[in-house]
Amino acid sequence: MSTQAPAPDQMSLSTSALLPTPAAAPDQTSAPAFAFAQVAMSASSHVPAHAAASPGGRVFPALTGARPAWRRRFANRFAAIVAAAGCLAALIPLGFLLAAVVSRGAARFDLAFITQTMRGVIGAGGGALHAIVGTVFITAATICFSVPLGLAAAIYLVEYGRGKLARTVTFLVDVMTGIPSIVAGLFAYALLSLLLGPGVRSGLAGALALSLLMTPVVIRASEEMLRLVPDDLREAACALGVGKHRVITQVILPTALSGLVSAVMLGVARIVGETAPLLLVAGFTDSMNLNLADGRMATLPVYIYSQWQNKGLDAAAYDNRAWTAALLLIGFVLILNLLARLAGRLFAPGAKRHARAS
Amino acid sequence: MSELAITGFSASYGSFRAVADVGLTIAARAVTAFIGPSGCGKSTLLRSINRLHETVPGATVSGTVTLGGEDLYGRAVDPVEVRRRVGMVFQRPNPFPGLSIRDNVLAGVKLRRHRLAKAAADNLVEVSLRAANLWDEVKDRLGKSGTSLSGGQQQRLCIARAIAVEPAVLLMDEPCSALDPLSTLAIEDLMASLRQDYTVVIVTHNMQQAARISDATAFFSTDGPRQPGRLIEYGPTTTIFSRPAEQATADYIAGRFG
Repeated sequence: MSTQAPAPDQMSLSTSALLPTPAAAPDQTSAPAFAFAQVAMSASSHVPAHAAASPGGRVFPALTGARPAWRRRFANRFAAIVAAAGCLAALIPLGFLLAAVVSRGAARFDLAFITQTMRGVIGAGGGALHAIVGTVFITAATICFSVPLGLAAAIYLVEYGRGKLARTVTFLVDVMTGIPSIVAGLFAYALLSLLLGPGVRSGLAGALALSLLMTPVVIRASEEMLRLVPDDLREAACALGVGKHRVITQVILPTALSGLVSAVMLGVARIVGETAPLLLVAGFTDSMNLNLADGRMATLPVYIYSQWQNKGLDAAAYDNRAWTAALLLIGFVLILNLLARLAGRLFAPGAKRHARAS
Repeated sequence: MSELAITGFSASYGSFRAVADVGLTIAARAVTAFIGPSGCGKSTLLRSINRLHETVPGATVSGTVTLGGEDLYGRAVDPVEVRRRVGMVFQRPNPFPGLSIRDNVLAGVKLRRHRLAKAAADNLVEVSLRAANLWDEVKDRLGKSGTSLSGGQQQRLCIARAIAVEPAVLLMDEPCSALDPLSTLAIEDLMASLRQDYTVVIVTHNMQQAARISDATAFFSTDGPRQPGRLIEYGPTTTIFSRPAEQATADYIAGRFG
């Protein structure tokens, strides 16, 4: 602290800030608090503040100027700006990507695109109905495989799993999370080749490959959500003489439901844009295929790839279709996310989710 | 009758023995208090009475606990069935979030998949809430969330929830330690009326509370940290507080340790 007298405005600040303390302080501390006030007043009468000692012998410097406040303010402001800049930097590519997809996808964003297939289309025209249907079908089938499996595994890990088996499962799930998608595709392809003969392609095979990718994501995410359910609730239900399976299905799962919905959404987001495994096992077709179990089935990511890869004479028409399909794919993920948030809000504790119980 | 008899009872968490060789008989339709310093195993013993202790991974017990002559740890006994007879109220009020006051009271019955006609359910809700001294405060808002109540009201709601499944015994693990003095008073008043119908066992750190509300008091202590808790002295509350037989009991009650 400088030996110079504080500037008048700082002085008045310190006096007004410290004078009320004796009144506010409890009795036993009023003596040192009063000493504070004297420090402040002595500062105003040009006596160096740090020289004043409290009755206990401890020296209290005046608050003003002891440690420049601007330094903390500056550091705080600086950190906030860096964090905000990082956030912005991450958003810039996203903004460009969205702008590019929207502007280029707009050319073919018409009714024909979502009502027609590519059957018999050469050059301009045509649509992606078959790919939209394929993506919806395969995603739905993947959810049907992965969610029960993933949820069951997560419940096992959180509610039952102990010791070596649980650790092994956790380890395998971690390994599975890192499987490259092409490997999952090759696995599904090899499996079906062994079972049904070589070269078999179907939407179901695609769903099988994608389940391999989605299940570990669902396990990990729902495990986290189930662990968030407080043990209080488990014990409360348990102490009421409720069997463990009823505790899990009636108390824990409903409590975690909104989180579990987002866990599933995380998994869907992981697989909905997958191209490589689908290219291998679901293949590509220009025609509508409504049978998951038989024959090639187009999906939006594979549609994008094939439009871009196999351009005909009117290359612009193929490019435009690819961009519009990309736009649709992003829209699809967005809609799923919004639905999940809506579902999360509807199912959140506090909403009337137990109305059916009464 | 719903008399509890504990003999040669020990409880452990893995290799750590929390309670060693406890034996006492808890009278029916009376309030029995467990007191003692932290870590003396009184909560563990309490949680063993409704077999909640064993839900902790690695937890084991030995010895017997009988309720009205029936061995609660018998080979063919389902622990879930034991918990229906021996209800429990916890330190922190833990109503089910998202359930209304009414549904919280009915939770035990409904979670067991019992069907209940609306009139019977209404009746059960009123009887249980009246028994928990909460009816007058909440009768106009039974549909409101259980967590919207104050802490003391939530704790009484948890007591109503425990009563609603008609247990023989009610265990209370420091039921007032998270509550303000007025709510504590409300719970203590409630316990005085509960003793007419239930065998009440309460763990408390508050010795005045034990002296005020209990008929019998068991004092537990340990030889040190990580040492098993033991029953030091057990008897009528007036005797324990006025003429304790053990020096350790006298020291603890006088506030010289713990």
